[in-house]
Amino acid sequence: MTAPTTSSIAAARTAPRTGPPEWLRFVAPIAVGVIIVAVWILLVDVLKVAPRALPSPVAIGENLVQHFGIILAGMQITATNALIGLAAGTIVGIVLAALAATLKPVDGMLVPIIAAIAVVPIVAITPILNTMFGASSQFGRQAVAGLAAFVPVFINVLRGLRQTRPVHRDLLRSSAANGFQTFRILTLPTALPYLMTGLRIASSLAVISALVAEYFGGPSDGIGTAIATYAKSGRSALAWAFVAGAIAIGLVFFLVTSLLERLVTRRRSG
Amino acid sequence: MSAHDSGAASSGEQGGVAVRAVDVGKVFPTKAGDVVALSGVDLDVAAGEFVSLIGPSGCGKSTLMRLIADLDPATSGVLEVFGKPPQRARLDQDYGIAFQQAGLLPWRTVGQNIGLPLELHGVAKAARIDRIRELVELVGLTDFVDRYPDQLSGGMQQRVAIARSLAERPRLLLMDEPFGALDEMTREHLQGELARLAAETQAAVVFVTHSIPEAVFLSDRVVVMSPRPGRITDIIDVDLPGPRDASLRESPEYFHRVTAVREALHGTPVERANER
Repeated sequence: MTAPTTSSIAAARTAPRTGPPEWLRFVAPIAVGVIIVAVWILLVDVLKVAPRALPSPVAIGENLVQHFGIILAGMQITATNALIGLAAGTIVGIVLAALAATLKPVDGMLVPIIAAIAVVPIVAITPILNTMFGASSQFGRQAVAGLAAFVPVFINVLRGLRQTRPVHRDLLRSSAANGFQTFRILTLPTALPYLMTGLRIASSLAVISALVAEYFGGPSDGIGTAIATYAKSGRSALAWAFVAGAIAIGLVFFLVTSLLERLVTRRRSG
Repeated sequence: MSAHDSGAASSGEQGGVAVRAVDVGKVFPTKAGDVVALSGVDLDVAAGEFVSLIGPSGCGKSTLMRLIADLDPATSGVLEVFGKPPQRARLDQDYGIAFQQAGLLPWRTVGQNIGLPLELHGVAKAARIDRIRELVELVGLTDFVDRYPDQLSGGMQQRVAIARSLAERPRLLLMDEPFGALDEMTREHLQGELARLAAETQAAVVFVTHSIPEAVFLSDRVVVMSPRPGRITDIIDVDLPGPRDASLRESPEYFHRVTAVREALHGTPVERANER
């Protein structure tokens, strides 16, 4: 333990900045992860005090490798549902936000309805949607994901469309720009970072909703269905392997949308 | 209108007048009652003339400029820009404009910001690039044409804004405290550059400022304004000999004009130990 301490003191001496050194940002979370897995193995494999539903990480890893084919197939179903829901929710969110930003009456009509949608727990209407669209259709799940994604996109885009600065509006007006030019050159680029923030929040919600929707009926495929099935039938290690697949989907959605957000906000400080 | 024609409007024929204001007023309705921002403004700005509007906060100098630019409508009186209503002049792009904030679009490069008015009016890309090259040379930013605004200092950003206002070769420049947010050294440097640009382009300039030396250094005439209600209280001919350069700031004539404008602003003679 002495080696990192002395080197961090040396780093603090050479660089006149406070706070922990840069490498700690990457090493610290990895160290925490390693410690958690070590304690997990200790409890399950060495001391054997864990409940039966908590298998060893080694067993989960084995199941993940052995059944990688079916896990990947399940991931494809759930990720596709989430992606379709995210895309549809985003498009509807943008269109309605644009309408609300342009037409005052639409704004007055929409905002109470959106507020109502936002407070309804999506899970509450999932069994109804699944029954409505039948056991052979993915549509109910996609609709749930779409509804969940729609709300943050709508709210953020609507806010973004109202962020144009007075000096920029004056500039466009004095340059004799028409309404469409003002939208394309000023309003839309101003709102873009807000859209990306909404999209990042919506992407996680879409994945969670698509997965949770599988617990409430519909076709017998997808990650959520598999987790429920294997957990109930006592194959907990395989259930956890599917959980790992679900985490992977969520991470990919989050990372891609975060990257998009960073690309778009790169030049916004000026 | 006819009552005013004989007086203020005699400075030239229609083509020689950039801005003509006859009894112009502006009232902002608020919840607490109407606020009279401008009342009874008569002013002619000749083509190629540099006119500064100066006065304390609330005297309506920025409001008057916004009326000329057709960013707000006048409540009363007649306002003409090159003999046209302000809206027509705005749609015809008879003027270029610069604000206190540079107002650059942060997601566009320096060149794209300067070329924005040209792009809006459908100028072909090749012609646009040629004009942008001329303009960045004019304001001394040739090496920065592909930079983004957040990579420039405040003074450089303001130079980009001035280049943008010149893009359509306007015969009238409207400037609302363009150097107001800059430090004194940058400010004096840019004043010198603006004096040179105004002389080169032969454009009329309406320049809003609250700096007396700045108004005197740049202007042919200084319009002194007063608040509650906003109105013109005095117009001072600067009439300085020679080019507007750094040596002018040291000359006794320059100090006399500064004192004259200061006295007009305060309404009484100002005692100064180092003069007369």
